[in-house]
Order: sequence, then structure tokens, then C-alpha cells
Amino acid sequence: MAKRLISLTVNGKAVQREVADRTLLIHFLREDLRLTGAHIGCDTTHCGACTVDMNGKSVKSCTMFAVQAEGAQIRTIEGMAQADGTLHPLQESFRQEHGLQCGFCTPGMIMRGYRLLQENPDPTDEQIRMGLSGNLCRCTGYQNIVKAVRHAAEKMQIKEAAE
Amino acid sequence: MIPGDFSYHRPDSKAQALDMLRRAGPDGRILAGGHSLIPMMKLRMAAPAQLIDISRIGELKGVAIGGREVEIGAATTQHELIENEQLAAACPIIRETALQIADPQIRYLGTIGGNVGNGDPGNDMPGLMQCLDADYLLESAKGQRSVKARAYYQGAYVTAIADGEMITKIRFALPPKGQGYAYKKLKRKIGDYATAAAAVTLEMAGGVVRRASIALTNVGDTPLYAADAVDRITSTALLPPDIDAAVAAAEAITRPASDGRGSAEYRRRMAGVMVRRALIEAAGRATETADGKDAPKDGKTGGIFGWLKG
Ligand SMILES: Cc1cc2nc3c(=O)[nH]c(=O)nc-3n(C[C@H](O)[C@H](O)[C@H](O)COP(=O)(O)OP(=O)(O)OC[C@H]3O[C@@H](n4cnc5c(N)ncnc54)[C@H](O)[C@@H]3O)c2cc1C
Ligand code: FES
Ligand code: FES
Repeated sequence: MAKRLISLTVNGKAVQREVADRTLLIHFLREDLRLTGAHIGCDTTHCGACTVDMNGKSVKSCTMFAVQAEGAQIRTIEGMAQADGTLHPLQESFRQEHGLQCGFCTPGMIMRGYRLLQENPDPTDEQIRMGLSGNLCRCTGYQNIVKAVRHAAEKMQIKEAAE
Repeated sequence: MIPGDFSYHRPDSKAQALDMLRRAGPDGRILAGGHSLIPMMKLRMAAPAQLIDISRIGELKGVAIGGREVEIGAATTQHELIENEQLAAACPIIRETALQIADPQIRYLGTIGGNVGNGDPGNDMPGLMQCLDADYLLESAKGQRSVKARAYYQGAYVTAIADGEMITKIRFALPPKGQGYAYKKLKRKIGDYATAAAAVTLEMAGGVVRRASIALTNVGDTPLYAADAVDRITSTALLPPDIDAAVAAAEAITRPASDGRGSAEYRRRMAGVMVRRALIEAAGRATETADGKDAPKDGKTGGIFGWLKG
């Protein structure tokens, strides 16, 4: 089986591992690095539960090989809270606005919400819905997810203004 | 689902990629965004022995807008197309179409070369490229040739490409100022392939259709250029009967499959509805080209302008 050594940065830490060429990024994150926050919902590129941030893009890690991430900067849900446990504004907003029920889709929603707010810090509800359109939730009906992202946008802007 | 075994290569340049493709022969397969190929590999619908990743080759990326022509590098992503303001100004139908493809995550990685090269009738860019009468530049270690989008597709997943070749550029004429355009796609949900879709461009002069182009997505084994439908509206004032004739001519060339998106009959009709809507929208967006001395005046128009205003 073809294998190679890959180097990348995950949640700020340099990682070097040997992987089989056919290893999917999601399996590398979950099984090799034990970062089980990103979930496998569909394995067919539809649900977005496996979404992580890579080089400034939201990607579905079930539809990428780990070898394609050579040299990449990756951020997963585990890299969102601060070292002292302070939640990221998006995490806090999902809790406050009841943006989750079972929580299965939440890591993907938050990682996608993160990139969406990086690109568009003050989105309309319509833009939030379009921005999250690659992420499915079977519980909430999306209403509170949209609210949570909007709330996080407001918080992050206030924070930025204060800084 | 983990794809079967293969070996992965990431060439640094186009020349290196072409050389790898030549050496791999029928075992070699290009990996661009991977968002059609990896799902197929998971399902064992594709089992390439060698994957050649072109996604980081700078010389295969980017958009060049010249005085007469637009050139797009094959490894340019849908996201990059959408973000490109110059392209949106020069040829707005590209952004309009790209935004209807899949979802944001997929568009960050999926490339235009992969979309047109894949040969899946569900892909949206091939129909658009037929509408724009684009050329695909195919290169191999031995040389290069150009194939028209209208001649590239031979059947589902069967295209004019040969072993050792890849698409390096997509080229089409710069649309004239004032051209109307629309890409209309019916889908069950965001991220779905088309139940039926239509791409239309339209140039009006003197209240008459000077030139037009119409192509259809996902209502046959290949994208379909609707030549008869174009004939029905060319040199007409695009009155309702002209539109009806074009819709009927477009429906007549469809050969849709019955599937989860609907029966063949339904999809044929929906192709007609998409053509109708695209024609109306394109006409509404068209502004008179320079030679239109008898430009229709407000309220006194025949044709689509009058019709749209009732
Ligand atoms: C859930 C989902 C929904 C989708 N919905 C849509 C949709 O609505 N509309 C749509 O159009 N697409 C849709 N897609 C497909 C998506 O747009 C793909 O990204 C695109 O079709 C292929 O581009 P890619 O760069 O990912 O190609 P890859 O997957 O890397 O390659 C696809 C094929 O093209 C070949 N290829 C790639 N680049 C070249 C090249 N330069 N020259 C020659 N051959 C090449 C590969 O060898 C392979 O056979 C969807 C995909 C998913 C997973
Ligand atoms: S598990 Fe990746 S999109 Fe569903
Ligand atoms: S909270 Fe259950 S799937 Fe979204």
C-alpha cells in the first residue's frame, strides 16, 4: 500500500505522520490524531458534519485525502476554544441561542460559520442561510442556528470594536 | 467508505504533470478538486491506480480577460470564479451559474476543469460552455489541440479526451456589451444536480434578436446545444409565439432519464420551462447593441419588452 510522510499544522500544532495515500482526511483527524469533533454524517459530501477549516476555506474532510493536506493549516472544532476553556463566540452563541439539539451537526456548523464570518463579518439572514447551505441539521429546523451565527457576528464585532 | 488503493503524485508544474500522465498511460487520472472523483472512487465507480494532483499548479490557475477572449485556467476553483469581479463584469453568467453549483464547501475546491472534464451530464459548466461556444485546450506530453465544448461530449462520462491528455485552459469570446444572459436551474434542494437547466445568451438590436445561444443541462447523456431553438428566435421580436416555438424545439432534443428527480416527461417539460424563464430573463437584461437604431421606446414596444410590461 502506497504510504508517505505528511507534515501539516492542526490547531496551531505541527504534526508529522505517515499515512496511506488513500486515507481520507476525516479518518486521519479522527483516528490518527484522535480529534473526534469533526463527525462523519453521510460520507457522501452532503451533510457537512465533517467540515474543517483548511487554508482559509471550509472543506468537507470526508472528500479529501490526508495527503492533499500536506503543508496545510487546519483548524477543527477542538481548536476553537481558548486554552483556558473560554469558548469561541460562535460556540457560546450556539449554546445561548439553542443552536443545537443532538449536537451531531454542530462542529461542522461552527467551523463553516467561522469561515463565513471571516469572509463576511456582518451577514444578512439570507447570506447566513446560503453560507451554511452545505451543512445539514436533522434536529433544529435551522432557525436557531441562523440566530446563533447572527448573534456571534454581533459579539465578534463588538469585541473587535473594543480592541 | 475508503477508496481502493492508489498512489498519489503532486507535480509542481504543468510539464511535470503531463509527463506523469504520459508515463501512467491508462492507469493515470487527474485529481483536481476531487469532488466528483473521490465520491466515485468511494463507490468503486472509479479505481485509478495513479492519481496526479494538479490543484496546486499555479500556471493552471487564473482568469485572463483580453480584448476579444476570456481564458480560464483549468484548475481555477468555482469559488475563485465567483469572487472574480472582473470576470463578473465581463461575463456575468459564469458567476450566476457557479453560484448554483453544489454548496460553498464544494465550490472552494471544485474546479472548472474538473467540472467540464468530468463528463457527468449533471455538471452545470458543460452546458454553459456550449452556450458560450467555448474551446477546451487539451495538452499532452506530445502537443496540444483545441476541442469545441459543443463537440467534446460523446456520452455519459465519455468525452473526446485521450489517455495522456488534460484540459489546461477554457477559452471563449468576450461577450459583447449589452448581451442578455441567464442560467436557470431547477433543483430539488441546494447542492442537487439539475432536474433540468438552461443557459441562454441573447443580443438585441432594433427590438429584434440579433444573435442568441441556448444550451441544456442534465436532460440527456450529454449537455445539449439547442440549435433549432436558437433558429426559432433569431431575427424575431421574441413575441410569445416565438418563445413558444423555441421552447418546443428545445424540448424536442431532450432525452432525459426517469429518476429520483422526476419522470422523463416531467424533466422534458421542465427543460422547456427553464428555457422559457431563461429567455425572458435574458431579454429583460439585454440592452440594445450599438447597431440598434430603432431601439424600442418605453411602452411602445412589441416583443418581449412590451410583453414583460403587459
Ligand atoms: C454533493 C455534491 C453536489 C454537487 N453538485 C453539483 C452541481 O449541482 N453542479 C455541478 O456542476 N457539479 C456538482 N458537483 C460536482 C462538483 O462541482 C465537482 O467539484 C466538479 O464536478 C468536478 O471538479 P473537481 O475539480 O472536483 O474534479 P475532480 O473530482 O478532481 O475530477 C473529476 C473528473 O475530471 C477529471 N479532470 C479533472 N481536472 C481535469 C482536467 N484539467 N482535464 C481533464 N480532466 C480533468 C478527473 O480526472 C476526473 O475524472 C457536486 C458534487 C458533490 C459532491
Ligand atoms: S460526512 Fe462529509 S459531508 Fe457528510
Ligand atoms: S442538532 Fe442534531 S443534527 Fe443538528
